[in-house]
Amino acid sequence: MSLLTLEAAAGGNAISELLGGIAPEGTPTWAIWLGAAGAAVGLLVAFVSLVAMFSVWLERKVSAHIQCRYGPMYVGGWHGWAQTLADGVKLLLKEDMIPLGADKPLFVLAPALVLGAIFGALVALPLAPGFFFADVNMGLFLILAFSSLTTIGVVMAGWASNSKWSLYGAMREAAQVVAYEVPLGVSLFVPLMVAGTFSLTEASAAQSGWFGMHWFIFQNPFMLPAFIIFFIAALAETKRAPFDLPEAESELVAGFMTEYSGIRWSFFFMEEYAAMFLMSAVGAVFFFGGYHSPLTAMFPDEATSGLLYQLVCAGTLIFKSFVGVFVMMWLRWTLPRLRIDQVMSMGYKYLTPLALACVLGAAIWETIFA
Amino acid sequence: MDDKLQKPFYALLGVVTLGLLGWGASSAGAQGVAFGLFTALTLGGSLICVWERSVVRSAFSLMGTFTGVAGLFLLLGADFLAVAQILIYVGGILALILFGVMLSPPDLAERKLSRVLGGLALMLGAVAWVGSKVAGTVTWATADVLPEPSTKVDEIGVGFLDPEGYVVPFELAAMILTVALVAAVYIARRKASDLTDPRAEERA
Repeated sequence: MSLLTLEAAAGGNAISELLGGIAPEGTPTWAIWLGAAGAAVGLLVAFVSLVAMFSVWLERKVSAHIQCRYGPMYVGGWHGWAQTLADGVKLLLKEDMIPLGADKPLFVLAPALVLGAIFGALVALPLAPGFFFADVNMGLFLILAFSSLTTIGVVMAGWASNSKWSLYGAMREAAQVVAYEVPLGVSLFVPLMVAGTFSLTEASAAQSGWFGMHWFIFQNPFMLPAFIIFFIAALAETKRAPFDLPEAESELVAGFMTEYSGIRWSFFFMEEYAAMFLMSAVGAVFFFGGYHSPLTAMFPDEATSGLLYQLVCAGTLIFKSFVGVFVMMWLRWTLPRLRIDQVMSMGYKYLTPLALACVLGAAIWETIFA
Repeated sequence: MDDKLQKPFYALLGVVTLGLLGWGASSAGAQGVAFGLFTALTLGGSLICVWERSVVRSAFSLMGTFTGVAGLFLLLGADFLAVAQILIYVGGILALILFGVMLSPPDLAERKLSRVLGGLALMLGAVAWVGSKVAGTVTWATADVLPEPSTKVDEIGVGFLDPEGYVVPFELAAMILTVALVAAVYIARRKASDLTDPRAEERA
């Protein structure tokens, strides 16, 4: 299936079929297609917002417990679960401020571009065998491409703000992401060699054996180092501590988002949490079995098309992703920030050669033993 | 920017984009809309690139061109090429261009209308000349005769490494890139003489 067949672009057959059913006779197909695409975008926005809301609450709780505090406890009753909701309302009500010296069109465009890029990347993520926005052949490749687009948005924000802190943050972001994109992509070659496909759906499906534990990470000895390299590079790619130099609040105020406030600022935040979720999900799909676990393996074959199975699969993948997100938070509240030269030398001198060595080793291993 | 031509230019771009989208929708449905959108992105991005006086804005507008071209590849069924276009041109090359350009001062020199019109006339002339040479001699393949896009990674790999295929250009490109990488590191390498403090003598 091509990437841009109509059904795929319109967010799966279900939505366009539903719309086609209720639309009056004679509605042009492109109108149904656009309507379905709009509905799919709405779903994506809702998904990203929910992920970001939960992640912000989780981050507050994790950071609090690491520092022997409780974190939010009051809003909403149970452990302050509605704190992020209240904050979202507050951010929406804030005054929309654009600095006088800013490059206005670029200043406005940057947060939208950053968030839009992450929506584009999430399109290729299948939560369950029958639960995805588009079954993209080039899934992994597409995710990497779109997450590199967010860099342009961050650089745009930094430059358009017309502030030295923002510009420094943007420069660091550009340098950092260009350096870490190579180990990120190369470390993923190792599971790709076993999977033989870029599609996340097919890669997940290939790991269903051994009672749902036929995970790529157990396939050869080069998987674990490749995963560690992938995880470090993903931290740098998502601008998370110890690689949060683009914002570095103790040196650059807030880096590229110094001049932003209100809902525009929250776009950057949503992107950060969505990117963390996405990178953890990619790690889960290509190293830790995707949506397969012993739980999903218990279903008999004839039940695998049912809704319950799909929900269990989606739950499994979301749980695995949030384990990754939790580890990222744990690292943020534990490790001190690196210096920019340390970041650069780590990316170029250590991670890139190590990732290449892993690929070479895995290639030899796969030729001999597989 | 208090430029009198700024608003008419962007208004014209917007109108042309809407026209392209409408034309696409009426002639080829959803695919037509996509084609109109990607065409508008490609052409609009490149026009803004030469139009804007701020060199950083020009660089940012290139993103529209690159993504538009990627979209056109997508419509042709070349998924891998489309995604590679975004990954390499937008994620890599554009980031590098911006990295260099961001540090340059904003260039707000007067835009001469004569120069813009001259450039436009040259461009249209070139397009017309190439068009007149190509029209009638080339038969364009339609979507139904194109091969199914490949779904497997190994097919792409085989295409690159097959001795009948592209193994020589592929290896040559790899070698050139490696040489360039090593050369860049060699040039940027800190020499021993740079490490000594030039003011050390003064202090002594």
